[in-house]
Amino acid sequence: MTSSAVTPLIERPDDAPPPSPGGRRRRRRATDLTPVAGLGLGITMLWFSLLVLIPLLAVLVQASEGGWQAYWEALTSPQTAAALRLTVSQALLVTLVNIVMGTAIAWVLVRDRFWGKQFLEVVIDIPFALPTIVAGLVLLSLYGPSSPLGVDWANTRVAVFLAFLFVTLPFVVRTVQPVLIELEPEVEEAAASLGASRLTTFRTIILPALAPAITSGAALSFARGISEYGSLVLLSGNLPYSTEVASVRILSYVEGDKLTEAAAVASILLVVALVVIVVLDIISRRVARHG
Amino acid sequence: MADSLTTPAAAIRPPRGKVVTVRSSSPFRWVLRLIVIAYLVFLVIWPVTLVAKATFSRGLAPVLDALQQPDVIFAFKLTLSVAFWAVLINTAFGIVISLLLVRYTFPGRRALSAMIDVPLSVSPIVVGLALLLVYSGRTGWIGGALESAGLQVIYAPPGMIMATAFVSLPLVIRELVPVLTEIGTDAEQAARSLGASPLQAFLSITLPAIKWALLYGVVLSLARSLGEFGAVKIVSGGVAMRTQTATLLVEERYQQFGPENTITAYTAALILALIAVLALVVVTSLRPKENSQ
Amino acid sequence: MSIITRRRVLQAAAGAIALGLTATLSGCVGGAAQPASDASGTTTLHLVGFAVPKEANNAIQKKFAETPEGEGVVWQESYGASGDQSRAVANGLKADYVNFSLEGDVSRLVKAGLVDASWKDGPTKGIVSDSVVVIVVPKGNPQGIKGWNDLVKPGVKLITPNPASSGSARWNILAAYQQVIANGGSEADAKAYLTKFFNNVVALPGSGRDATNAFLEGSGNVLISYENEAILARQSGEDFDYIVPDATLKIENPGAVLKDANPKAKAYLDFVLSTAGQEEFVKKGFRPVVKGTPVGTVEGANDPAKPFPVPSKLFTVAELGGWDAVNAKFFEENTGIVPQIQKATGKSQ
Repeated sequence: MTSSAVTPLIERPDDAPPPSPGGRRRRRRATDLTPVAGLGLGITMLWFSLLVLIPLLAVLVQASEGGWQAYWEALTSPQTAAALRLTVSQALLVTLVNIVMGTAIAWVLVRDRFWGKQFLEVVIDIPFALPTIVAGLVLLSLYGPSSPLGVDWANTRVAVFLAFLFVTLPFVVRTVQPVLIELEPEVEEAAASLGASRLTTFRTIILPALAPAITSGAALSFARGISEYGSLVLLSGNLPYSTEVASVRILSYVEGDKLTEAAAVASILLVVALVVIVVLDIISRRVARHG
Repeated sequence: MADSLTTPAAAIRPPRGKVVTVRSSSPFRWVLRLIVIAYLVFLVIWPVTLVAKATFSRGLAPVLDALQQPDVIFAFKLTLSVAFWAVLINTAFGIVISLLLVRYTFPGRRALSAMIDVPLSVSPIVVGLALLLVYSGRTGWIGGALESAGLQVIYAPPGMIMATAFVSLPLVIRELVPVLTEIGTDAEQAARSLGASPLQAFLSITLPAIKWALLYGVVLSLARSLGEFGAVKIVSGGVAMRTQTATLLVEERYQQFGPENTITAYTAALILALIAVLALVVVTSLRPKENSQ
Repeated sequence: MSIITRRRVLQAAAGAIALGLTATLSGCVGGAAQPASDASGTTTLHLVGFAVPKEANNAIQKKFAETPEGEGVVWQESYGASGDQSRAVANGLKADYVNFSLEGDVSRLVKAGLVDASWKDGPTKGIVSDSVVVIVVPKGNPQGIKGWNDLVKPGVKLITPNPASSGSARWNILAAYQQVIANGGSEADAKAYLTKFFNNVVALPGSGRDATNAFLEGSGNVLISYENEAILARQSGEDFDYIVPDATLKIENPGAVLKDANPKAKAYLDFVLSTAGQEEFVKKGFRPVVKGTPVGTVEGANDPAKPFPVPSKLFTVAELGGWDAVNAKFFEENTGIVPQIQKATGKSQ
């Protein structure tokens, strides 16, 4: 069974409009701009430029101030390269964990029933609601020197991993949950009754339906991870070559009045985030299409 | 990347159609349940309770003392004000942009849709740096001109509102776009054909249809805005009783010696978290139930 | 669900919005700059400083207010990491008087045209307080640390602030390096020592205060810090021991008045350098920069009656060639001694 055969089965009752998964069957009735809409666009674009586009452009301009040479040197300086490697690798690792655990958590929250489940719903939102500096305090209390567990992971790579894991917890869960809700178990039951094993059902029915949601959440999780700063301030020790992340490196450059180098590293983080978002988008379309 | 915004995945909205929970209690179900609960306990629940304990480790009195300090009260008022304005701006901006993205075509639509997500991937340090480069009074691109005209952005509340609005910008839009995509324009066009003005159609047809998504987006935006630290630190200067927000206060107090200061830091931190979580809980519990409970 | 109906939530939301508007209109976001001198005769002075002397400055401000020049002065203050604060002022943060950790943080303002180049022409060369680099250990000194040589032994876990992000962290590194030379070693010996030193470093927190807090929470077992920081922490109830090494670096913190500052700021600087002002610094654990300041007892010092032992080999940054030379030699990103050592030790971790 491919997903194209599946889609009609998750059609809703007649009174509801059909879904628009992955943009394949979008019911957009797009029209050209009316004068009012044009005015709205103009005003919002002005605000968007003043708030986001121009400041980010200023960062890119600053990064290019020394020319390609300076840009390249800033990025290949050993300490910066180490910081970038650490940041990206830990963020990727955390994203992988989030893909698995996030889907599992969403599954349990949607499909399972037990006392206290509503409480877990709130727990998922806590990392999002907590200021990052508080997140650092929170993790330090359980995994730092005065840990009741007897571990001391402060100032180690594990601390970086934990901090990323904490702040990115909600992303995959919250993107997968709504899709799981829409997914009707009848389809899976039908497959089971036809003899498909749980694994086959998962692989051919559930996964393709969830794929866009998972990858969208994973992209957010990765992007959030590589830009994390506040929670690491107290937790990671900022040891060069070992626990220093890219954000800390940027701050070091800023504090050394090396704005060009700071902007160079910042622009690299931006590019990496964009690349990952695009790649995940492509993967998600492919999985959703082919199952 | 436009599609990442329009997939149903990004929406939290009431389900249509019948959803039934499979009720078998297989061992697989139990194992999964246990793994998920253990994961959440060790990652979130236990650490947070430890901090709550640390806040009250000397009893209630120091906590109440902390809450009565003028610095603390001011910091919270400032945080709430800045968050309020940032959320208001993002909501207004969000509604307009969502409508434009979903209902109209214009050159650059896909590019705009892609750019909307960028603030989520930018490190707060970079946000602060970017705003500083443009709006700083002495060295910024347009900051100097603005300050001669009397508008100080950096080291003043406008800059803090901008930094906060920057980091929470996509949140409302990401909730609205999928819903708007789904509901289409049929009902509105029907209303228009019956003589309603665009504004009437919007207020009486569209707004009610998107209200839960909108509310959820607003609350997410609020939670994010209350907790912003890195970007605000750079653009505000942290002047106590002037531009020091609650998160900056947490950092300052945490760094000072003496148990009263530590408890003040923890108290402020806990309050911030409680406000945000409470808002989220209220909205979540008011959404139409997803499962038959 | 009967009490929490949707209608009530929407009403509550509307109420919250009204509250927000009221809070805003009542001037919280106004942030309007107050006139420097209003009709009622109060003067507002803006102090931007690094975090460590906050208590000292607050105490001096109180005494200043009792003098005729200081009458009616109210303060708006911002404290943080020295470099951050210096950069903020250079970028436009309003300041009348600045008190930073390093001379370089004031030079930045001179370059930006905010402070007159003559700021260090006075008798104290622009410095308002002194201290020395010390070694902090847990109470009882379980590892028996007696001096710099013990820091490179196995089992020692050092905490010192990050020299890349904290300018005031550089005092510690320079002290660690130069004490080898002051004791007769060569540059090569000093480099070898510093390499072993960094091998033992377990955390490089962002600022001096962050480092102290990390140590107090249990990270590491030896902290490199400033004498005034150690004394202040002990005054606040923290319990640990500290050692003033025989050979160590003199820490000199500058204070300066900005060019277009309110004239009362200059009066404040003069007061800071007067006996009364210096005495307040002493009470908080700083060494006075004005000779002849009575010292009295200082709570929190190892020996409150004799709080400031004079190390037999005390060296200064001036003797090392001044900050420009020192920064180039030690901290320049790819060529400095410290980044090179960090590269070598980082790769071996």
